[in-house]
Amino acid sequence: MSDIEDRVRKIVVEHLGVEEEKVTENASFIDDLGADSLDTVELVMAFEEEFGIEIPDDAAETIQTFGDAVKFIKDAQ
Amino acid sequence: MFELSGRKALVTGASGGIGATIAETLHGAGATVGLSGTREGPLADLAGRLGDRAHVLPCDLSDAAAVDALPKQAAEAMGGVDILVNNAGMTRDNLLMRLSDEDWAAVLSVNLTAAMKLCRGVLRGMMKARWGRIVNVSSVVGATGNPGQTNYAAAKAGMVGMSKSLAHEVATRGITVNCIAPGFIETAMTDKLSEEQKKAILRQIPSGRMGTPAEVAGAVLYLSSPEAAYVTGAVLHVNGGMAMI
Repeated sequence: MSDIEDRVRKIVVEHLGVEEEKVTENASFIDDLGADSLDTVELVMAFEEEFGIEIPDDAAETIQTFGDAVKFIKDAQ
Repeated sequence: MFELSGRKALVTGASGGIGATIAETLHGAGATVGLSGTREGPLADLAGRLGDRAHVLPCDLSDAAAVDALPKQAAEAMGGVDILVNNAGMTRDNLLMRLSDEDWAAVLSVNLTAAMKLCRGVLRGMMKARWGRIVNVSSVVGATGNPGQTNYAAAKAGMVGMSKSLAHEVATRGITVNCIAPGFIETAMTDKLSEEQKKAILRQIPSGRMGTPAEVAGAVLYLSSPEAAYVTGAVLHVNGGMAMI
């Protein structure tokens, strides 16, 4: 498990208040982890700060699952 | 009650009569204030009068890039923005049949689009803090209409719709978004009215007088306060009963 995955998972767990085991590769923030649309905006904000990257709005819309987020951040670094 | 110590408030249009009084009132309640406006002289004078906890942040709201930059400048100067008061406004009155596209666009841009951009710009910090107050200064004419002010009334009514929608979006994050709708308030602008005009206006106001900037500022202070946490998406009319809506 990569460091990036750990850090993303930590943010998701803290922000959405979900069990760590539920944050799997294909877990959808909205459908599986109970996020609302504002939560997803906040998650993207938190990722931007944690990793010092900028996630444009059109890219943010494609980040639906935990795996999407990890992949986007890995590619951005 | 209405204690704002440690809160940071950005007030636009602070070089004008109502805006300056709003800034003074929030400052008096303990807030740090960011004074924004086009005229730097009056802002600097006001900051000098207020002393500590006052920052001058000149900004021309008709300049889109300057508007986008203002929230960041305010956050850097004050260490964050907890309260935003969109008070700045301008008029370019004319009958619609004579109204130019430019005068329509200018009024919409400063009174509505700039307010939206500033809301958007301060939200990130408020969301993280799980606390925020946005007070948008609309106008009674946004609710009633006024001949010669199609552009101004459209912008002020638009502000109400925007505020209510945004209030929905961010309510779970401890952020409230409300409007104040002043009626006729004693300012440099109303001083220019003739006695005849004033008399005609006063006949429409049950209180029989114009309001004062302090009476608008008091309403802004309430909606900015911790005590108003459960008030969101509201329009608080401050108009002496001129329109009871």
